[in-house]
Amino acid sequence: MKVTIDGISVEVEAGTSILNAARVIGGDIVPPAMCYYSKLEGSGGKCRTCLVKVSKGSEKDPRPMPKLVASCRTTVMDGMEVQNITSPEVVEARKGIVEMLLINHPLDCPICDQAGECHLQDLGYEHGLAKTRYEFDRRTFEKTDIGDKIQLHMTRCILCYRCVFVADQITDHRIHGILNRGDHSEISTYIQAAVDNDFSGNVIDVCPVGALTDRTFRFKNRVWFTKPVDAHRDCDHEKCNGKVTLWYKGEDVLRVTARKDVYGEVEEFICNTCRFDKKKTADWVIEGPRKISHQSVISSNHYDTLQPLPVVKTNPLLVEANKEQFDRQTRL
Amino acid sequence: MESLTNRRKLIESKPLNFLERAYLPAILSGLRITGKHFFRKDVTIRYPEQKREFSENFRGQHSLKRDEEGRERCTACGLCALSCPAEAITMIAAERQKGEENLYREEKYAAVYEINMLRCIFCGLCEEACPKEAIYLDGDIVPSNFLRKDFIYGKDKLVEAPLNQ
Repeated sequence: MKVTIDGISVEVEAGTSILNAARVIGGDIVPPAMCYYSKLEGSGGKCRTCLVKVSKGSEKDPRPMPKLVASCRTTVMDGMEVQNITSPEVVEARKGIVEMLLINHPLDCPICDQAGECHLQDLGYEHGLAKTRYEFDRRTFEKTDIGDKIQLHMTRCILCYRCVFVADQITDHRIHGILNRGDHSEISTYIQAAVDNDFSGNVIDVCPVGALTDRTFRFKNRVWFTKPVDAHRDCDHEKCNGKVTLWYKGEDVLRVTARKDVYGEVEEFICNTCRFDKKKTADWVIEGPRKISHQSVISSNHYDTLQPLPVVKTNPLLVEANKEQFDRQTRL
Repeated sequence: MESLTNRRKLIESKPLNFLERAYLPAILSGLRITGKHFFRKDVTIRYPEQKREFSENFRGQHSLKRDEEGRERCTACGLCALSCPAEAITMIAAERQKGEENLYREEKYAAVYEINMLRCIFCGLCEEACPKEAIYLDGDIVPSNFLRKDFIYGKDKLVEAPLNQ
């Protein structure tokens, strides 16, 4: 099926969502997603950040869709034309959505362990307003203790349900979920029982904000001062293959997470033993430094080799002029 | 040789006349200038006993501020250390325990906060980066010292004195 997103055509299979079709193209035109998670079945459709405009329904029925649609839940049709960043309507709507998400979100980024790798931070930075127009008190909750490995900050939650899907699909049985309805809804374990399950730690990785954070990493360091390194180990657990990212500060492994792709989604879920208990270099086989986008604060002050602009490589005149630099690069 | 620019000046070196050749007149006029300076106002300042008035945007030693209730404002968010071009700031965060609410404003605080004054270039970027208005470069000139280790200022030197004392 042929679908055009912001003027770029792509061939995808029937049944693909617009969001995934955009991800096939990649780049700036991919709508942001706070609740959709490609590894979790049934996720998406809750946060509305991925709204896009369908300016042409399909080849057979070229009428545009009447309202903006959630791209993570809308499947493509043959000949569909979608506008994302080229439509001012979508940009404006997304701004409103970010404002809505931030209404109850506390401004405690200086304290939050997720700061620096938080999707809501990125989203707010890209689309949000500098000031809130909301004049009432923010939603607060009683502190809930959900075990000594995972820290729950209910005030920061944006109710994306990703962690509930993880508990449903990755772990054998679910002990935590969403209580109450609407504005009162909150993530909790019903009997405040500890979330003890071999894969429960993955809720930390899927959480787009700092609502679920690693308690063993709590306040240890800011993520941008740690250095991510890919590593693996032979994990005894049959469902876990032990491929992780270690976050180093000096000699110490401060944190172990699953490897995340460009969309912040984990490549493979890891078990709790790998995540919480193996925090020594001796436990791991190091593969090399993890590539972090140069736009991320995590890569700040980590100097990579000097990369010449792409145009320099194609122009033979410039290649000749920058010969010395290319030589140095290959040496490094 | 032909001059390229027509701006060449020919230097005339005439022999000195009698007055110029005599030693004393030139020496006396030099001494007169020196003597005038004896009666002028001093331009030197006897630092550190005397101090010149600082400009309003002078940046001196850092201080970590407290809020109205005397609690430390710093939450160890690390933005000052991130913005620091000289990498002079390090910190270790800790979680506030029960009963320490009157000491620290937020859930997290800086248990260790160190600035290496030998590295610091007093650019003021930490002050600008701070989201909690906790650090200001409003102090004096950082005093000299004999040992390198004494230039690493910890919280004992940086945090403002508590209120009502």
